[in-house]
Amino acid sequence: MSFLTYLINGLSLGSIYAIIALGYTMVYGIAKMLNFAHGDFIMVGCYIIFSVSAALSGNSVVGIIVAIILCTVLGVTTEFVAYRPLRGAASPLAVLITAIGVSYLLENIALLIYGADIKSFTSVVTWEGVSFAGGELKIQGVTIITILVSVVILIALQLFINKTKQGQAMLAASEDKGAAALMGINVNRTIALTFAIGSALAAVAGALLCSAYPSLSPYTGAMPGIKAFVAAVLGGIGSIPGAMIGGLVLGIVEILSKTYISSQLSDAIVFGILVVVLLVKPTGILGKQIQEKV
Amino acid sequence: MALLDVNNLSISFGGLRAVDNFNISIEKGELYGLIGPNGAGKTTVFNLLTGVYKPNEGIIRLDGEDITRKSTIEINHAGIARTFQNIRLFKNMSVIDNVKVGLSEHFKYSALEGILHLGRFSKVEKEMDAEAMRLLKVFDLDAERDTLAANLPYGKQRKLEIARAMATGPKLLLLDEPAAGMNPNETKELMDTIALVRREFDMTILLIEHDMKLVSGICEKLTVLNFGRVLCQGETKEVLANPEVITAYLGE
Amino acid sequence: MKNKITKNNLITYGIVLAFYIIVEILMMTGALSSHMKGLLVPMTYYAIIAVALNLCVGILGELSIGHCGFMCIGAFTSAFFSRATENSIPTVPRFIIAFIIGIAFAALFGFLIGIPVLRLKGDYLAIVTLAFGEIIKNVINSFYIGIDGKGLHFSMKDSMSLGMEADGDIIVNGAMGITGTPHNANFTIGVVVLLISLFVVQNLVNSRDGRAIMAIRDNYIAAEATGINITGYKMMAFTISAAIAGAAGVLFSHNITTLTASSQYFGYNASIMILVYVVLGGIGNIRGSVIAACVLYLLPELLRGLNTYRMLIYSIVLIVMMIVNWSPKIIEWRKRTFGRVSFRRAKEVA
Repeated sequence: MSFLTYLINGLSLGSIYAIIALGYTMVYGIAKMLNFAHGDFIMVGCYIIFSVSAALSGNSVVGIIVAIILCTVLGVTTEFVAYRPLRGAASPLAVLITAIGVSYLLENIALLIYGADIKSFTSVVTWEGVSFAGGELKIQGVTIITILVSVVILIALQLFINKTKQGQAMLAASEDKGAAALMGINVNRTIALTFAIGSALAAVAGALLCSAYPSLSPYTGAMPGIKAFVAAVLGGIGSIPGAMIGGLVLGIVEILSKTYISSQLSDAIVFGILVVVLLVKPTGILGKQIQEKV
Repeated sequence: MALLDVNNLSISFGGLRAVDNFNISIEKGELYGLIGPNGAGKTTVFNLLTGVYKPNEGIIRLDGEDITRKSTIEINHAGIARTFQNIRLFKNMSVIDNVKVGLSEHFKYSALEGILHLGRFSKVEKEMDAEAMRLLKVFDLDAERDTLAANLPYGKQRKLEIARAMATGPKLLLLDEPAAGMNPNETKELMDTIALVRREFDMTILLIEHDMKLVSGICEKLTVLNFGRVLCQGETKEVLANPEVITAYLGE
Repeated sequence: MKNKITKNNLITYGIVLAFYIIVEILMMTGALSSHMKGLLVPMTYYAIIAVALNLCVGILGELSIGHCGFMCIGAFTSAFFSRATENSIPTVPRFIIAFIIGIAFAALFGFLIGIPVLRLKGDYLAIVTLAFGEIIKNVINSFYIGIDGKGLHFSMKDSMSLGMEADGDIIVNGAMGITGTPHNANFTIGVVVLLISLFVVQNLVNSRDGRAIMAIRDNYIAAEATGINITGYKMMAFTISAAIAGAAGVLFSHNITTLTASSQYFGYNASIMILVYVVLGGIGNIRGSVIAACVLYLLPELLRGLNTYRMLIYSIVLIVMMIVNWSPKIIEWRKRTFGRVSFRRAKEVA
């Protein structure tokens, strides 16, 4: 029974990684940049919920909505101010370093406003959860909600990308920006939209992450951000189902290895999985193989 | 015995037979043209000859040696050098360094000597410089020796690519559309360069070209590819007079 | 040209030496606070690892965001040796052997990790270097190694399970790391190691092997067709780069009382900080890396007065500098304004 509990916890953590990874994979697919600041959007989202809830004496729904809106604005603004000027720069490292700068900036703003001490975050999910088998198998409310939310997001994103004009524009722009522009697609707007979606997802992920692991600091988002990127790469970057699979695999492996092997080594095992998968499939589980034409 | 002898070479990508039963035989010293409409499989033949792709069937012999399954690197060492349709220089390196990379196989010292700048280092580097300059002079690039390759004008970039290929000391030189993107003046100069390479180095050359004037002007023999198959093969004049060839080109 | 290269290299050594002499004079006159003195050795090892990373990123052209992992290996293997032999080998030979051990192990792991990593391309390669960096850190954090009369004891569980005798000495204590490594590193040694690293990398760049490495960076397809052994040269550059990072690690561990494999020093964030040095100093510009590492390491430290705002200012400066230096539009505008004409003839070829 306890194995099942751990598995479900892993599924839940994996769902959070998956939500972040979905945003990451879309942004990477279209902007072709490692957005190191992505994880920090999670942290920003958490602090917004934290502050708004405190101001409204515990009403977290408003907090979540405000966080989603502000993170979206923040994502679009960051793209416009910091990343867009560097599109087409001579080295792809330029925008990578800028992203690192943005990451430092967000962390230090948070540090200035909230200080370095860890804030305890009140879960946005108040539901206790359910128990089975006479209380032997307990599933927390936040766990169930997290898994449900991730499934809804996955379906919504798939529909958006495959059924809407904007979604198709995104696909086209991620394949070939020049050709997409020739087809009358406004590439700048499409990229901005992608950042908006990615950042909104980060806010959602933040709410769920901090509800499950209720401690908040300026560095809360960094490691989940990196792991989500690892999940996105694992699943095959640019692939929406890939990000989902990658996230779930990572979450489950992390929880199970923490439980059964060693909490010290769990990160090593998680990263080890990435190494092994990329050795077998250099572009991830569902990634497309791209060969340079000679 | 022919310098390059290719028998029944075939490769498929998915269901498409990109090159189908390709044969060619090039004698030492010949200047041979490989022509055909877009998508006929010309560059694929080059990629097969240089080991970028491995053929499904067929044998490639260079100077009697079977090189069919060898890697690109081994094939270069065996004596085939090439240029590319879209120029591939070492852009952030100087002109002379581009050539010296080509010379690497023939002028050696150990990595340790290289790191310490001791032992054979100075002597071999001096010899390399001299040899590289000799090559650059042939291609009239000696004045630009320290220019970054990326900063060379287009025509000179093409020349440098040939110079680099020649530096590897090939028996056979493959030129992939050397006149692509050139204006008539540059094309004229290129023809002179190719003639010069033959004269200076006694080189055997196989070239892919779209520019019919260039082909008929310098090639002795031609092979025409169409849809991956050899349409016609032989002396330049005869090939160009062949009605099938004319249809293939006009029907493009 | 040859002379120009030699001159260029000499300028780099000259700058380092001049800086060294100035600092030594300042120390003798007592103008340096103890806080400043404490920054000198870190400055040298950050400059060294920046040189190492530039060899990987700028010369080989492969993005690594796990280089601090190699530094970590160099730090721990050398510190382990120094701690274990502290009472049996005199300081000078021990420290020299510690260097050899740290460098050799970092090189070995650079080689082993290079085999899988260098098969990947671009960002995939980058994320796997990050992964390896984190793996190294985590694995070292779970090591327990002790020595007693019976010999070496090893565990990955806890210090109790080492089963040590009473006279035993736990050298590596899991996440608590290694305590009490002799403080053998000093500024002079740091500068010497930096000069040696510069010598190795600059000479390599101007040799047959260095040209082959840069050829692969610029165009691996052409390099292959030119007969360059791609895998061999990539491995060579990566291994040398790891070895130099290992040397930085030796300095690190012999300058700190308690060595732990913490994220602050060996995590991906630390590796990224080194990458920032390399990019701001100029990708492929070895001298630039040294200067950028020194300036960027010292700057936040010197801004301590501004305390809470210093990292904020640093991050804004970083973003602005990147945009001003790299934005195609701004470069275009600068060219128009200052009238620099590019020789490059952009021509699309089918």
